[in-house]
Amino acid sequence: MSVDEDQLPTLLPSVNGYVDALKMALDEALSGDPSVVLLGEDIADEQGGGVMKVTLGLSSRYGTDRVRTTPISEQAIIGAAIGAALGGLRPVAELMLMNFVSVAMDQIFNHAAKLRFMSGGQTGVPITIRTATGAGFGFGAQHSDMLEGWLAHAPGLKVVLPSTPADAKGLLLSCIFDDDPCIFVEHAALYFGAASGPAPEPGARVPIGVARTVREGTDLTVVGYGKPILDAAAVAAELDGEGISIEVVDLRTVSPWDEAAVLASVAKTRRAVVVHESVQQFGPGGEIASRINEELFGQLDAAVLRVGAPSCPVPYSNPLEMAYVPGVGRIEQAIRQALK
Amino acid sequence: MSEPDSAEKVHIYELMTRIKQCDERVRKMLMSGQAAIMYYSARGQEAIPAGISAHLRDDDYVVTTYRGIHDQIAKGVPYKSLLAEYLGKSTGSCKGKGGPMHITHPAVGLMVTTGVVGGGIPIANGLALAAQLQGQDRVAIANFGDGATNIGAFHESLNLAQLWKLPVVFMCQNNLYGEHTAIADHQVNAHVADRAVGYGMRGVTIDGNDPIEVWKVAGEAIQQARNGGGPTLIEAVTYRFMGHYFGDMSDYMPELADKMAADPFPAYRARLIESGDTSEEQLAKMEAAIEAELDEAVEYALASDYPELIELSRDVYAEEVPV
Repeated sequence: MSVDEDQLPTLLPSVNGYVDALKMALDEALSGDPSVVLLGEDIADEQGGGVMKVTLGLSSRYGTDRVRTTPISEQAIIGAAIGAALGGLRPVAELMLMNFVSVAMDQIFNHAAKLRFMSGGQTGVPITIRTATGAGFGFGAQHSDMLEGWLAHAPGLKVVLPSTPADAKGLLLSCIFDDDPCIFVEHAALYFGAASGPAPEPGARVPIGVARTVREGTDLTVVGYGKPILDAAAVAAELDGEGISIEVVDLRTVSPWDEAAVLASVAKTRRAVVVHESVQQFGPGGEIASRINEELFGQLDAAVLRVGAPSCPVPYSNPLEMAYVPGVGRIEQAIRQALK
Repeated sequence: MSEPDSAEKVHIYELMTRIKQCDERVRKMLMSGQAAIMYYSARGQEAIPAGISAHLRDDDYVVTTYRGIHDQIAKGVPYKSLLAEYLGKSTGSCKGKGGPMHITHPAVGLMVTTGVVGGGIPIANGLALAAQLQGQDRVAIANFGDGATNIGAFHESLNLAQLWKLPVVFMCQNNLYGEHTAIADHQVNAHVADRAVGYGMRGVTIDGNDPIEVWKVAGEAIQQARNGGGPTLIEAVTYRFMGHYFGDMSDYMPELADKMAADPFPAYRARLIESGDTSEEQLAKMEAAIEAELDEAVEYALASDYPELIELSRDVYAEEVPV
């Protein structure tokens, strides 16, 4: 889809930079391609335009046929998106919270991810599943999990976790117009003000599977994505004052991840720390660290370390939850350990 | 809906025959060692898709399950594509990458075959939604068994389809067993069709062994869906003669001998001849032609090559990615 800037819709109700960025992508997609439809709980304006107001204004602009509020029926929502995609549409389905992925997992894992392969390439499932999550806000064990590792383990899916408004907008558009099923994960911290950076440009897209170097450095590479990448950048800025030069690489896409960019960075710095908010054991960090070891074993000056969540459900009580989330403290500790 | 005319009645018989003879051929291949695959025979259930398919166009959608050979053949999946896929050959409908449980043939509207009980029902809704939003008069048929009506996805789908008046027909082929469990041991409803009531949907129970009754009731439901009247749940009561899977000992099916004695296939054949809609000679000629077509398809499937290993890297994504 090529976008003529003069043809872009006027601004919809503004909420904040991150929400506006997501809305801008949806608005551009809906205006540019009649096959784009949105399905999800409470997403139409009559129901408030979505729990985070991301879709506020869109059903009034494009109609409730294309911006459809659904019953609370995650299997039916994702199934409808898959079928509509087989029928030639580009549905964007919203699963209000990432834990509800578990309710729809048969549709996502057995069907969306596999129909192209099982049909020998005769059919494809160009759907985007938007979903929100993230610990740190007292939502407890069933509303906060980072489950990108489950999904990245499924061949056939693409899994995207942007950390800035511009990446969110550009990647969401890329997901919608990608021919494969994409899971687009929105971290709650970004909704609530942690997101920073320039506003996205109209028409701009960010390619899936391409990392972004947040900050260049020479002593150690921090690799990660989503909210912890913001923490890593803050730690790197602080360590700069001590003369420690940290390179921060935001993967932006977990599957397929930008292995070449990571290996190039670590080949330069010879040390790496991998960070994510999902549970550390059997998490994406294990895969990334393992690939670094396999490719750069002789060139490393230290073991590749991982920072992730501990092996327990997301706790409710604030001190417990703050200890659960891999924040700046644990990232700094891991960096210093790898630099010893 | 009025009675089908003679040509339609014979066409229904032809579809039933295409299904029955192919099923028999697959079982022969299994017995002889020509094939070694998991097979879920649909012998006994031929009347249902034969009665439905007479109303469907190639661009109408069908979703079915692992016990789907009858639905696939009735919708028009060619024998060669089907049997080559059964044998895992590159010439199969899915290049050998799906197998019997995942037959897909969009050229004739066979969109999904799922191995997950109930998993295809929400997808049929989506196909119907696409047709509705695109302003087309296509319909989607969701085929499933009695067992699938205990799965959450079934209930979510019926609710959504009725809410959105989707052009879909929910076709429950009630063969009285969910895997090895008799219907009385897996639900308390007298009729699966009663479940439609909870969703404000029309539900109909019919004799799934009577192809003319299926033709009439499915025809009404398909017409209703095409005309924007929304979905119907049809419960077509039938029976599976070969148990859950090929090789199933069937000890848990006490009524099996009686059901087989009342096989709807020869009954329909006799009925057509008796009514004068066709003759023994015409049917024998048709059956022989189908048998010859099967001979050719089996030969083709056996002679075809297996897929190359590069296929592991293809069709995982739209773009080939080395694995």
